[in-house]
Amino acid sequence: MKRVLELTEVYANYGHIQALKGISLTVNEGEIVALIGANGAGKSTALNTISGIVRAAKGKILYKGNDITKSPAHLIVRGGIVQVPEGRAILKTLKVIENLELGAFIRKDPLQIKKDIEEVFDRFPILKKRANQPAGTLSGGEQQMLAIGRALMARPKLLLLDEPSMGLAPLVVKEIFNIIQEINKNGTSILVVEQNARMALKISHRGYVLETGSIVLGDSSADLLNNKKVIEAYLGG
Amino acid sequence: MEKFQRGKGNGLTDLITSFWQTYNTLIYTIFVHGMLALSIYITLACGQLSLGNAAFMGIGAYTSALLTMKMNAPFGLSLIAGGMMPAAVALIIGIPTLRLSGVYLAMATLGFGEVVRVAFLNMSITGGSLGLNGVPLKTELWHLVLVIGIFIYFFIRLRDSRFGRILEAINEDEVVASVMGIKTTYFKVWAFTIGAFIAGVAGGLNAHFTFFISPREYGFEPAVDILTFAILGGTRTLWGPLAGSTVLTTLPELFRFLGPYRLAVNGLILLLVVLYLPNGIVSKETFKNIKKIFNGSGCLN
Repeated sequence: MKRVLELTEVYANYGHIQALKGISLTVNEGEIVALIGANGAGKSTALNTISGIVRAAKGKILYKGNDITKSPAHLIVRGGIVQVPEGRAILKTLKVIENLELGAFIRKDPLQIKKDIEEVFDRFPILKKRANQPAGTLSGGEQQMLAIGRALMARPKLLLLDEPSMGLAPLVVKEIFNIIQEINKNGTSILVVEQNARMALKISHRGYVLETGSIVLGDSSADLLNNKKVIEAYLGG
Repeated sequence: MEKFQRGKGNGLTDLITSFWQTYNTLIYTIFVHGMLALSIYITLACGQLSLGNAAFMGIGAYTSALLTMKMNAPFGLSLIAGGMMPAAVALIIGIPTLRLSGVYLAMATLGFGEVVRVAFLNMSITGGSLGLNGVPLKTELWHLVLVIGIFIYFFIRLRDSRFGRILEAINEDEVVASVMGIKTTYFKVWAFTIGAFIAGVAGGLNAHFTFFISPREYGFEPAVDILTFAILGGTRTLWGPLAGSTVLTTLPELFRFLGPYRLAVNGLILLLVVLYLPNGIVSKETFKNIKKIFNGSGCLN
């Protein structure tokens, strides 16, 4: 299997606080990889470091064999790594359709962009109904769908999802995770960060456990779901 | 202007003539303040709080005044130069400072403003603390109408343009904008530079009707005034800053009969607006209230 993403001993700091203490992980082509951990473990920082929003203090990030450790965020997006930031990462005052159009900011093929918008609407029919509403008027689940749809508009090779289940009703979470699996089946590799460990491990191929800035476990998701430590600490049972 | 002065035919022309003679500076100033309000609106539109616009206005004013006074440059040319000069400065200081945001950017631009003011005070070409005396009176009403018209047209076109959307995206969430592939600093520098250009042109127009310019007109107080125009008017649309600047420029004149209390009343009105219309004069709440009033009177019938 080809490596899409490889982090080697990556450190990241916020001022004097070490948020990442040398994490190493890989994502292979066609995989869903879950990064689970408690609040403040450094999950979001890991994603932000990959997408260039936070600069790595030490270590190396390789994307398809190219060193992107020092690349600025806007170039990383152009390379094909697209992040769906935490929370409702949409532009609330802009219309739904405008959010999707801006998602295709880096592309210059207007005809194909139109087709892709239709494709997003097929995947999320509710967004089509709300196309001309300001995105801020959408429900939480719809906003998360829009955020994912917007990321898809950039045609990602690797999709980074930051807590897609945050603040959503269980049924909606299920729907979102089904969609994540579908997106993956269409050929996009996915790195998903989650507090909802059970859900994330169910849909992913492999998983890592992050604790206070360090990776303490890494295994296939099936094995992690049966791991005693994981069950005690994250699955509650 | 001459046409008005000669008109002594009937009472109406007399009235207009005397009104114009009393208030032409005020009307000119309303236009200049309108431009300044627009100059800060574009940086606010992408969420950046810049307090450097008074300094940019000053650079524009001195540049264009010196060009017309010392080089006899045509007015149009010196106005354009008055815009380009601060724009060039904005480009240079924008690249490092616009990596900052929020309070830090405000502090940096405030510091920049002080540097510019002190430079005006100490350079011999700017006349030091005495300023420049005898700037030729070249600005006419139609110049102001034309220039502000161009700026307003630009902002209306901006609203639905790609650049406009990008600024709005940055304003709402810089992280989201950057993961969309938007080079945020690049567009922020552009907005900052355009704002400096507008402020510079406003400064040039202002210098050519006030006859006299000095460093203190471009210091801290005017920088805050410009910000107040935008905040009071509302920053959601371009009409907000324009409304804010018009109100804030006219109010002190309207209250002149109150003598020493006029500034107090002025402050009171500001306070009321901020209390009851926290999003500015031109905002959704205002339209809602107006609707309510109309609907209310409809019920009475």
